[in-house]
Amino acid sequence: MSRIVNAFQRLKAKYRYSLILLKQLVITDFKLRYKGSALGYVWTLLRPLALFAILYVVFVHFLKVGSSTPHYAVYLLTGVIFWNYFIEVTTNGLSAIVGKGDLLRKLAFPRYAVVVAGSLSALINLAINLVVIGLFMILNGVTLSIDSLWVLPLIVELFVFGLGVAFLLSALYVQFRDINYIWEVVLQAGFYATPILYPISLVVTASPLVAKLMMLNPVAQIIQDIRATAVTSDTVTIASLFHNPFASLIPLAIVIVLAVLSMIYFKRRSPGFAEEI
Amino acid sequence: MSKNIAVSVQHVSKDFRLPHERADTVKSLFINPFNKNRKKFETQHALRDISFDIPKGEFFGIVGRNGSGKSTLLKIIAGIYLPTQGNLRVNGRLVPFIELGVGFNPELTGRENAYLNGALMGFSKKEVDVKYRDIVSFAELERFMDQKLKNYSSGMQVRLAFSVATILAESDILLIDEVLAVGDADFQRKCFEYFRRLKKNKKTVIFVSHDMNAIRDYCDRAILIDNSRVIATGTSAKVAREYDKLFLNSSEDVDSKGKKQNRWGNKALRYTEVGCDPVVTIDSKTLRVTTKLRVNEDMDEGLFGFSVKNSSDVLVLGTNTQLKNKRLKNLKKGEIIELNWTIPNIFGDGEYFINVSAETIAATPCDWWDEAAHFRVAKNTPTGMITYPLMELEAFRNSERI
Repeated sequence: MSRIVNAFQRLKAKYRYSLILLKQLVITDFKLRYKGSALGYVWTLLRPLALFAILYVVFVHFLKVGSSTPHYAVYLLTGVIFWNYFIEVTTNGLSAIVGKGDLLRKLAFPRYAVVVAGSLSALINLAINLVVIGLFMILNGVTLSIDSLWVLPLIVELFVFGLGVAFLLSALYVQFRDINYIWEVVLQAGFYATPILYPISLVVTASPLVAKLMMLNPVAQIIQDIRATAVTSDTVTIASLFHNPFASLIPLAIVIVLAVLSMIYFKRRSPGFAEEI
Repeated sequence: MSKNIAVSVQHVSKDFRLPHERADTVKSLFINPFNKNRKKFETQHALRDISFDIPKGEFFGIVGRNGSGKSTLLKIIAGIYLPTQGNLRVNGRLVPFIELGVGFNPELTGRENAYLNGALMGFSKKEVDVKYRDIVSFAELERFMDQKLKNYSSGMQVRLAFSVATILAESDILLIDEVLAVGDADFQRKCFEYFRRLKKNKKTVIFVSHDMNAIRDYCDRAILIDNSRVIATGTSAKVAREYDKLFLNSSEDVDSKGKKQNRWGNKALRYTEVGCDPVVTIDSKTLRVTTKLRVNEDMDEGLFGFSVKNSSDVLVLGTNTQLKNKRLKNLKKGEIIELNWTIPNIFGDGEYFINVSAETIAATPCDWWDEAAHFRVAKNTPTGMITYPLMELEAFRNSERI
């Protein structure tokens, strides 16, 4: 019995440390983000605003792509912002361990805390961006309903996916220093392989099979589902493409499997980080 | 583990695998995944079968020369490295104190850094809040806490780091590396005051140092690590003595391994013995250095010198046979020469090294031996102050000499 109590206390002590650390790391990151810039935190709002202006001018005004899709500018902005979040989560994660090498060699804090802190920082940034999107939605006359709350579990899915990739990349990067260049290329390719700037319907008319494969990418599935629930129902989602309401379980399964495997891999590698960096 | 044991180290070994060619790039992995060369590595045994227990409330010293493995042991106790073999058990909260100001960020204010540093050591905002005033006043930085760290002088940074660490880390077990004992005299005094307080409060402290005076003064027990193994355990005085012996006997074999080029010359003259008392108390008037040489080649005249330097590599005194008007002419092969120097004890407490030299009168070095021997001047007063032997005191009461 006392052993169980002991184990429980040890567990509690362990997570206490992680939570304290996590909180302080996220706060520090937030404080440092716009240190030295004249406008400071205003940038967190100005960035999505400027992005929206560019998208609006280029795609709605000049190219007139997707003019059939209602609220196309907001539709684009949603995709870009969630994709940017994915970039931020994974690049934060990639350098989380190696970037803190100095700390790792001197203190025995829980290693995963720095990875999670990087993901949480990106999530805070996303939340601020979402406020801006919400603003544009109202201005654009998008009607939100109770169904739009589906966005929340979708964000959770994206967070878990981002975190899983972050764990994998951060641990790999300790050993293989080429990963950052490879990941840069993967992200570039991913940007074009995900229906962010163009409607997926273009791909569907060209090759339904390619479109189906593209939608198995969790980021593509999440972005399309978010657009469908929050921006316009006139969106091709994985469910409508596969004619199966449960099709989104496939990317969801990919997310869960990847996250679990990445965490196991990270956990196994983390005791050696201090020596290998 | 018994309840009275704070830290238990059992049969701990640590190996480092040092690859000859690191598979640092994915390319080398893809191109040559089965190349056996890639798997080649050297195993370095940093620690072998280390075992000891530290009871609660003990001030425990770990000593050893550079490269002996004590830093690795420290990192294992701190949980930074995992042991390759063996077990480490820690009973209570251990705060490592290996480096000051870990994670300090120049862009943050002193206050923010204090909280960040605290969090890295596992202290919550509330815990830091409670002790924040003490931290600031101990560091004497009241007016500067809201300034960015980059505007601090290095001395201010060290003060902040030290006070965050010392004020917060009043936990069960403290792990203190000698890096703490750097800094100016004022700062050192503060360090030692702090150690005294820890000792008074019966904290469990693991203290790593090269400074045998500090080990003798503060530690109850100590271990000596050399060549990855524990070679002495016991009272701090005994272990410190063993540590000193290590230096007396080591010069020759360190030389032969080529690790340290501290002896050179054409060997026409060769020292066979250089000795002195390893420990001298500060009130002894003189100390004696005995040397013995063998003449390996006939020579018109030899010149023999001797000097003492302190642990910061500064020469304190020196002389030679010519200056002392002892001419050694017509040296014949096979002769044995003995030179015994008596020097006044003008030294403060600390470590000193003896350099000896033997050369021809034309200044061709035959045997130039730096750090041939080593002695320590220990203070013998309980006051903690340094008393010099040459200070004389005359005291009078109502004009009567006492």
